[in-house]
Amino acid sequence: MVVSKLKTSSPEQSVEVRIKNFEEVALGYTEDLALQEAQRCLQCKDAPCIKGCPVNIDIPGFIKLIRERNYNGAIKKIKETNNLPATTGRVCPQETQCEAVCTLKKVGEPVAIGRLERFVADYELNKGIEIPEIKTKVNKKVAVVGSGPAGLTVAGDLAKLGLEVSILEAFHEPGGVLIYGIPEFRLPKRIVRAEVEYIRKLGVKIYTDVIIGKTVTIDELLKEYDAIFIGAGAGAPQFLDIPGENLIGIYSANEFLTRVNLMKAYKFPEYDTPIKIGKVIGVIGGGNVAMDAARTALRLGAKEVNVLYRRTEKEMPARYEEVVHAKEEGIKFKFLVSPVRFIGDEKGHVTGIELQRMTLGEPDESGRQRPVTIPGSNFIFPLDMVIVAVGTVPNPLISRATTDLFINKNGTIIIDESTGKTSKDRVFAGGDIVSGSATVISAMGAGKIAAKNIYELLLVR
Amino acid sequence: MFDVLEKKILAPGVKLIKVSAPIIAKKSLPGQFVILRVTENGERIPLTIADKDKEKGTITIVFQEVGKTTKLLGRLEENDKILDLVGPLGNPTEIDNFGTVIGVGGGVGIAALYPILKALKETGNYVISIIGGRSRDYVIFKDEIEKISDEIYITTDDGSLGRKGFVSDVLKEILDSDKEIDRIWAVGPTIMMKVVSDVTRPFHISTIVSLNPIMVDGTGMCGGCRVTVGGKNKFTCIDGPEFDGHLVDFDELLLRLRTYKEEETLALKLFEEREGEEIGSF
Repeated sequence: MVVSKLKTSSPEQSVEVRIKNFEEVALGYTEDLALQEAQRCLQCKDAPCIKGCPVNIDIPGFIKLIRERNYNGAIKKIKETNNLPATTGRVCPQETQCEAVCTLKKVGEPVAIGRLERFVADYELNKGIEIPEIKTKVNKKVAVVGSGPAGLTVAGDLAKLGLEVSILEAFHEPGGVLIYGIPEFRLPKRIVRAEVEYIRKLGVKIYTDVIIGKTVTIDELLKEYDAIFIGAGAGAPQFLDIPGENLIGIYSANEFLTRVNLMKAYKFPEYDTPIKIGKVIGVIGGGNVAMDAARTALRLGAKEVNVLYRRTEKEMPARYEEVVHAKEEGIKFKFLVSPVRFIGDEKGHVTGIELQRMTLGEPDESGRQRPVTIPGSNFIFPLDMVIVAVGTVPNPLISRATTDLFINKNGTIIIDESTGKTSKDRVFAGGDIVSGSATVISAMGAGKIAAKNIYELLLVR
Repeated sequence: MFDVLEKKILAPGVKLIKVSAPIIAKKSLPGQFVILRVTENGERIPLTIADKDKEKGTITIVFQEVGKTTKLLGRLEENDKILDLVGPLGNPTEIDNFGTVIGVGGGVGIAALYPILKALKETGNYVISIIGGRSRDYVIFKDEIEKISDEIYITTDDGSLGRKGFVSDVLKEILDSDKEIDRIWAVGPTIMMKVVSDVTRPFHISTIVSLNPIMVDGTGMCGGCRVTVGGKNKFTCIDGPEFDGHLVDFDELLLRLRTYKEEETLALKLFEEREGEEIGSF
């Protein structure tokens, strides 16, 4: 049998239809398509893909089970190391991880590992999730702060090992960035709810409306729990710190996405939280969050959405697939421009942005060419709404209220990378609150390391 | 879910509820607030904690019905439940023995001012209160404020109680009288806090205001509540809610408060129409 050099393509909603709704863009493989794609896997003995995965899924193993049409076996295989497969199958940057090191890449496209993962995860969700039997009970209590990807991973892993785990979530709904940040059309909320439900069924208790650092402190939790994992994310938005930034119509991506995703402003007035959508929108930034914000604004009825980025397309940190989808949908990209100030009218509404043109200079610490301003190149770009998506930093509420917890200048918690341990006894941390804004899967990887070390610590004690 | 244990109507459209929230009651300090969501489809709104009872595990919230969410909240009766309630949020008021202090309160802001003045009184300050409202009905918390004040002045827009005029008029007279004042708090409508700050500025008396901008999460996550203070961008939820009134850009805040005027009007209209239908169907 001849194996195709190209990935089996995945059905998608057509552009004309999808820009008018919030339904998922990628529809996922059918059984036939999944079987066809699974045939492409070479089943390499050394399996470079496993090492490329931050949670080390046995990728050839689960693909082999798909080939055998043993989908139950395949999802069980994935869940040995990954508690949130329907999520990672959708939002992981596979092209820079497992798929980047796939042997097939030498002759063509890699195996579509993400799509196959999603296929079996969805298969299980459709037929009903199986809850593994937890044999041993360990009489130890662990508190997990935050219910995003890092927290859910730690909670799931420790619950499977028989520990008593409680998740404390600040918002009214668990899921963290999966709920408030990633839009419905990329990760439907019903998927997140199903994954959270799985964690709950493993025996994890989830308490919402609890703000650590305010309602309860880490020091207080330590009196009740044997260990704590902090996975509170990088929730505080960065602004540009330029004149006019508080004009009406300028949002942080966090506010814009939280209003739309968590508070469902896209269903106003059925839901009470409003959002104002402009005609011409500027999204500042070049990451996945910028793509999410741009595509969300388009679906909410914006006439024109422009991504304004200070480097070129090559340096954009957004996933390739997201950029392709954004372009297909008609999002415009303006590269090598940097905001100088915002301009507003007498009612305080933003009416324009002054940009200056940039050129690329010497590489910086990240290895990307540093953008350098071109003097005298400033121009005004008229618009009536701006979404600032230039990154987030950790929220200071926890570090301000915790004794002996060492943090970096940028607010991230300092840990021992190999164990997840913080400077404070019995307190571990991982995910964006340690790394600054990164990916769902890297947070899950950090969660796995911490879970393993929490378990070891508590068993020795 | 949080139980409403008690409810009182303080003035037309102004209500007080006591809600069971033991942890928040234990933790909260003067100047702090909560964020609540009444129903599944509801929005999150910030409201100042007006009082607490550690033993009973309750907090008191006073609010004016101005939009759909506060009207929904106002419909709740004893034994009804509030879906979500988080707190205590924001930084507590700096309480110390400053000497002689003035508390200026307007409208529902009087209730928010109360725990601050109470703590200041307990710390040994000489407390002068100036409270005001549209008319006598709207001067809420009068007895409570009176109990903890060494001097109390009341103003109403129509003169139906106390002096006819604004709280800022009385404040100006006290400041003009050369009485030594060490610190001033102003809690009330944004425009009142702006006027008070303008009145005290030439006297160089530290004036603390408690801001109430539009918020979503209340934990520093969205930046919707950002205000310019001394030329710098601050998040009211985690850097405030109290700021030096002489440094706050009130004009910017007043504009930002109007962001969703149209949507708020629409939501309220639909709510009242639906409510009208429901009443009509009986």
